[in-house]
Amino acid sequence: MSSWTRAQMAARVADDIPEGWYVNLGIGMPTMVADHVPETREVIFHSENGVLGMGPAPEAGQEDPWLINAGKQLVTLRTGGAYVHHADSFAMIRGGHLDLCVLGAFEVAGSGDVANWATSENDTAPAVGGAMDLAAGAKRLWVMMEHTTKDGRPKLVRRCSYPLTAIGSVRRVYTNMAVLDVTGTGFAVVELAPGVTREALEAATDAELVFPA
Amino acid sequence: MIDKTVRTMAEAMDGIQDGSVVLLGGFGSVGQPDALIDGLIEQGAKDLVIVANNAGTGRIGLARLMELGRVRRIICSYPRSAGSVVFEELYRAGKLELEIVPQGTLAERMRAAGAGVGAFFTPTAHGTRLAEGKEVREINGRPHILEYALHGDVALVEAWCADRWGNLTYNKSGRNFNAVMATAARLTIAQAHHIVPLGELDPEAVVTPGIFVNRVVAVPPKGDNT
Repeated sequence: MSSWTRAQMAARVADDIPEGWYVNLGIGMPTMVADHVPETREVIFHSENGVLGMGPAPEAGQEDPWLINAGKQLVTLRTGGAYVHHADSFAMIRGGHLDLCVLGAFEVAGSGDVANWATSENDTAPAVGGAMDLAAGAKRLWVMMEHTTKDGRPKLVRRCSYPLTAIGSVRRVYTNMAVLDVTGTGFAVVELAPGVTREALEAATDAELVFPA
Repeated sequence: MIDKTVRTMAEAMDGIQDGSVVLLGGFGSVGQPDALIDGLIEQGAKDLVIVANNAGTGRIGLARLMELGRVRRIICSYPRSAGSVVFEELYRAGKLELEIVPQGTLAERMRAAGAGVGAFFTPTAHGTRLAEGKEVREINGRPHILEYALHGDVALVEAWCADRWGNLTYNKSGRNFNAVMATAARLTIAQAHHIVPLGELDPEAVVTPGIFVNRVVAVPPKGDNT
């Protein structure tokens, strides 16, 4: 079966981000999205640790240890960018000023519930970071993740089994198999990756799917 | 003449009591007041409640303070990260209490403390296990949970430039929690890379005005020539 690579997924997400949006990309796979937004399209990236207008990784020799992103990687600041403190950075998030947040996830339910911070109820010390603030605060929440776990279990589900990050928050999901909108009771297929059949998607999904007529 | 600069680390740490709530600036290692944390280790206060985004890495700084058994409780958003070995050991052994707080709620609880706000309602974490036991109220049609202000007895912050009034600036993403923590504690102690004469900081560029700062100690950066 064919499907999108991670780079293709990132490019597919980037295609849907218009000029002028303020965007926070979650740690991990979503970070790759920035590399696929052309420089001529002015999209302003936000990082929780107080960087608005974050640019790509520095060129060799240009690294500044004082300038990192939320994943603690060295980054740069675009012309026009600004530094703020943590409370103001999260005011941008919690006050609904970000047009979009893209997060990775363990599970997304058809209700828009998302689980992305703790892998079990027994894990008493998971790291939540800013995930709950982002999921509750951004104008739009998209999730970018593999369609199934490494051992083939669906990650698009009727009900999340992992501890929740937020309820009813996710609008759209980008996976290696498809782009899907959250309907509230399941997922509406927007686009299938090349070579992915309707039957294959159904087999890999544990939630109601609506296909375009 | 007001002069908040102190000459020695012992002066900077003077009076920190056992049982204090200590706010530690920094995000990862950037903006972390390493010299002040070492000063606190030296000073000896114990039974501390530490508020910080992360729970220390390696066996130095905050991790060292915890390893010495001086920390009773840690309040943070991201305890586990690469190298948080001491946290893991102590937490597994039941020797450390942990309160996990969403990062924005953590920052806002300290902003509230600094601004005299007793508590606030936020939609963040509603419906999750971090909201268990918290009052829920529907505001503008959306469920919010009640979160209380988080006051520090002491805040340890890292600044870039400071003057003798305690006005502070920061360097790039080193600002992070430092500026909000400086407002939220009864005793705010800043380590600054540069102490400049009063009047040299552009009033438009001061991030933390001296009213929030009690003591300043000069700590030149390692290997920094600026």
